[in-house]
Amino acid sequence: MTVLKEAPGQAVTTDAPEAAKHRNPVRFLVLAGLLVLLLLMVGPMLAVAVNAFKSPADYAANGPLSIPAELYWDGIVDFWNRVDFGQKLWNSFVTALAVSVLGVVLSILNAYALGIGRVKGRVWFLVFFLVANLLPQEVLVYPLYYISKEAGLYDSLIAIVIIFTVIQSAFGTYLLTSVYSEFPRELLDAAAVDGAGKWRTLWRVVVPVSGPTLAVLFTFFFIWTWNEFFLPLVFLVSNDNQTVPVALGVLQGDRMMDATTTSASALIGIVPAILFFLIFQRTLTRGIAAGAIK
Amino acid sequence: MAGRVTKNRGYAVYLIPGVLASLGVIVVPLVMTVYYSFTKWTGVGDPRWVGLENYTRLFEDSLFWQSFGNIGLLVIAMAVVPTLLGLVLAAVLFDYVAKHFGDRWAGLFRSGYYLPQVLPVAVTGIVWSWILHPSYGALNQILNTVGLEGLAKNWLGDENYALYSVMGVMIWFQLGYPIVMFMSGLSRIDPSLYEAADLDGATWWQRFRKITVHMIRPEFYVVLVTTTIAALKIFAQVFVLTKGGPANSTMVPSYFAYENYFEKARVGYGSAISTVLTVLIVILAFLFLRLQHRSEELR
Repeated sequence: MTVLKEAPGQAVTTDAPEAAKHRNPVRFLVLAGLLVLLLLMVGPMLAVAVNAFKSPADYAANGPLSIPAELYWDGIVDFWNRVDFGQKLWNSFVTALAVSVLGVVLSILNAYALGIGRVKGRVWFLVFFLVANLLPQEVLVYPLYYISKEAGLYDSLIAIVIIFTVIQSAFGTYLLTSVYSEFPRELLDAAAVDGAGKWRTLWRVVVPVSGPTLAVLFTFFFIWTWNEFFLPLVFLVSNDNQTVPVALGVLQGDRMMDATTTSASALIGIVPAILFFLIFQRTLTRGIAAGAIK
Repeated sequence: MAGRVTKNRGYAVYLIPGVLASLGVIVVPLVMTVYYSFTKWTGVGDPRWVGLENYTRLFEDSLFWQSFGNIGLLVIAMAVVPTLLGLVLAAVLFDYVAKHFGDRWAGLFRSGYYLPQVLPVAVTGIVWSWILHPSYGALNQILNTVGLEGLAKNWLGDENYALYSVMGVMIWFQLGYPIVMFMSGLSRIDPSLYEAADLDGATWWQRFRKITVHMIRPEFYVVLVTTTIAALKIFAQVFVLTKGGPANSTMVPSYFAYENYFEKARVGYGSAISTVLTVLIVILAFLFLRLQHRSEELR
């Protein structure tokens, strides 16, 4: 690895043949290693994409690695219709959207009081939200299940929205409070001089200024809620109410699930997630960095 | 200037919705679960107080110990291995690939490695349960094609291999998270530090140990604590891949609790398992925080 001692570019013209011979194998090995790893990481998804378009006969004859003999859509279409996948997508979308909006609003209100208002006992509130973040959902699930049954909210998306709004906002409050505790005081004072009350200051000054952080929170809440499995599995028992991960998860191991159907089901579960990833990519990377310095 | 005095008053009302919601969804259920853990209850009728009986039974239950033992191995697969591997990979991407091949390549690798993290956990479980299926699974078919029939196994269905298969899937699933975290930490480092090290003739490995590892300590702790807690909470992958089997070889506390709650209608016992798991997670988190705090003071 002696190559690395030289500044990049410096050697290119001076000691070309010798250094190039020495340099290329290392570079090539590193790159090859990283590419193999990349293939291992995305390979399963590629394999799913390829096999979702094969007919069962094609899969039986040619195995998992061949290119589909023809584009066979029936597996995907049949599975889509059988589980009424459009309904599941809608359920997931509505739930995730409602949770992210409500969760961000609740986080803003909490963080406004704790970070900017510095209300009494703020440290204890923060400890509470931190611990709430850590709790395994198993320790909340049975009472929530029991209460929602009593309240007539069992097997309803409303229960899931309420629960995840609170759970996600525990993280949001924790993150946003640390951002708001360094909020520029001049802006608040200027708003006060202009005669704005606390309510107006919050929506006219604090929220617009912290827009980028709120976008990150929104993105996180959306994707996390979309991907949630445990509580939706317990709460959403009827077919019409299931979210995407639950609908796909409970079918796993079903006798009707052969290789190509499994691939088809996995593919239609993967595609929306990849779309979100592409749409939210920039916010996500920024957000993960923000999470690190909380 | 009456406004000055009351500057920080009047904010408490903004906490009311959050406090009420947290009471209803978190505090009350938490207290109820702890109460249930001291009772015998099937979910219908009234819980019957039995004191510590659930806990004494739990600590004599070999399945309970096995589920926590399995978590130990899953912490290796979900926290230790991805953190260490991610550290090296992040450094290679940031420091070698970005310099010699350009930022685009580093970004491409980073996104590719991160991909499993953005997919719904249940869906990645489906992907792997197909790949690892004994008869029509891709892995065994590939092994057969290349003439390694001897290595083909019932990956998830054989109690000797199931847990290792799950561990492998979890490494695959987790690896991207530390890479992204560490790379964002590395971008904080002042490039002149590296230049100074270059001038002193430091090798790549020396630079890695002395600068990289040292500078991204905050990220290191965050990654280690979040991945460890994620390992303790693991549920969806186990549900989709193995349902805790075969012969309970992949049983984990959260699935163990789920089974008791909803399949065996032993709510008290399930509550005791969840309570123990919660206590363990909270203790671990605070230990990590202390450790992190101390290492920051040392710097």
